[in-house]
Amino acid sequence: MTSAVSFARVSRHFGSVRAVDAVDLDIVPGEFFAMLGPSGSGKTTCLRLIAGFEQPTAGSIAIFGERAEGVPPYRRNVNTVFQDYALFPHLNVLDNVAYGLMVKGVGKPERQKAAEEALSLVRLPGYGARRPGQLSGGQRQRVALARALVNQPKVLLLDEPLGALDLKLRENMQEELKSLQKALGITFVFVTHDQGEALSMADRVAVFNDGKIMQIGTPEDIYQRPKTRFVADFVGSSNVLPPDFVQRYSGQHRWGSLRPESIRVGSAASGDGVAARLVSTNYLGATTRLALDAGGLRLHAIVPAGTALPEQGEAVVLTFNREHLHLMDEPA
Amino acid sequence: MRSDRSQSAPLGLKIAAACGLLFLHLPILLIFVYAFTTEEKSFVWPPPALTTQWFAVTWNRPDVWQALSLSVRVAAISTAIALVLGTLCSAAVSRTQFFGRETISLLVILPIALPGIITGIALRSAFALADIPFSFWTIVLGHATFCVVVVYNNAVARFRRTSGSMIEASMDLGADGFQTFRHVVLPNIATALLAGGMLAFALSFDEVIVTTFTAGQQQTLPIWMLEELIRPRQRPVTNVVAMVVVLVTLLPILLAYYLTRDGDQIAGSSK
Repeated sequence: MTSAVSFARVSRHFGSVRAVDAVDLDIVPGEFFAMLGPSGSGKTTCLRLIAGFEQPTAGSIAIFGERAEGVPPYRRNVNTVFQDYALFPHLNVLDNVAYGLMVKGVGKPERQKAAEEALSLVRLPGYGARRPGQLSGGQRQRVALARALVNQPKVLLLDEPLGALDLKLRENMQEELKSLQKALGITFVFVTHDQGEALSMADRVAVFNDGKIMQIGTPEDIYQRPKTRFVADFVGSSNVLPPDFVQRYSGQHRWGSLRPESIRVGSAASGDGVAARLVSTNYLGATTRLALDAGGLRLHAIVPAGTALPEQGEAVVLTFNREHLHLMDEPA
Repeated sequence: MRSDRSQSAPLGLKIAAACGLLFLHLPILLIFVYAFTTEEKSFVWPPPALTTQWFAVTWNRPDVWQALSLSVRVAAISTAIALVLGTLCSAAVSRTQFFGRETISLLVILPIALPGIITGIALRSAFALADIPFSFWTIVLGHATFCVVVVYNNAVARFRRTSGSMIEASMDLGADGFQTFRHVVLPNIATALLAGGMLAFALSFDEVIVTTFTAGQQQTLPIWMLEELIRPRQRPVTNVVAMVVVLVTLLPILLAYYLTRDGDQIAGSSK
């Protein structure tokens, strides 16, 4: 099966800055694919390479098997939902949504009908006559989505689409985007710096750092089995354990990672385990996050709310299941 | 919103405002009155009697028509040139980052800051050096130098307020460069261009200093008026011309004012 989007050793350099550096990537048709990384990691440049706003310095890009280098954005069957939505202020909502069809020469009644349908799809029926300036942030976001979807793109690109929304709205939109993607079967490529968003929405996640892909995998892969220290740390703040420490428990001299919720905190009298001291506690509602100092190694543990907590500065013993200790590929 | 709307301004302020308005507009009214005077050799107050004969006299003077037509043509062509160059220049400066951008921006604005007499002398020596005879086009060239600035300033301010990703969004939705310009860029800057164009036209229409250096023997309307003032006969003809020009230019200026005011509201609330 041909990939929806395929990158082969793609680089994009701006002067001496390697925004994207020899990236290989295959996005499966119909999947919800997230590009996750801190700002400046190259994820947005990758998105712009797919959209056609950037051209690769080296390597080749194919969209559904067709070479994309040199093809301008307006000849690609790919549409983008922009971070700032980029709605046209001089057009009403209906004309905004119908814009793509209008420039393709679709007749007025036909394109207005299609635009109405797209607006119903994003649950904004009857909003056609309003101006973008009269809508709330969440509504503008839906209009931007409808404007992209009305063109029936093969790939929909979303550039931090939920970044400007407040928490409650963001959670609603996450679910809505997810079900919309399932219903339409369009390939979604989603850029975000929010690991929670990437893990909860995507079928697969690519973690970016310094213009390179650190790891591609299912959310579970990325979360449970990080390959590098960066992934372990960035995706859900796992404990990164140095090779000497890992060797004592697994017999292998490699970097390891241990999820904070896998650590059990017991009193100093409870027996074997890693001796540590409690540095601070951080109440998070359903859980409490503990910062611990194990002979100079800083560790975090997450315990359910209501657990009896030791005093600050008190000596404790940490225990964990050996199988929860994950060994990373990164060389020691 | 104003909270003290019902309260009226103090009397002193009202008088000061009235004086200010009179100071601004009384001379213009005087010009109107003198258009109807029967005294043709000098302006005497009060006018000895009123007449409308000067309108007919003006209508039948070919030199008035020549000067008026030259001025209109020069202003129209200068404005057209300024619209094209000013828009292109402002698009380049506001859309992209490049080395020397600020310098170019300053160089574009400089002609309006320079005294007209410097621009005039510079152009005259340049024409003499290049052996270019004075013509319609030398006047247009001189006027275009400051008309470009006016259009540029208006357009650059509007570009700055429009979201840059709008152009990318248009391309993304399948519009090529021309369609994007026609359907997205132009509607967003149209009112700014109209206002800039109106102002450029008005500046060109009453320009004297640069024109004296670049016109040779040709007479634009303001230069014709200057010459007319030294002539002893039929003085009110100048006033008639001035009055008609004021009335005719007032309408487009009011129109431009209302159009840009609406445009500001749309652009301001959209992002």
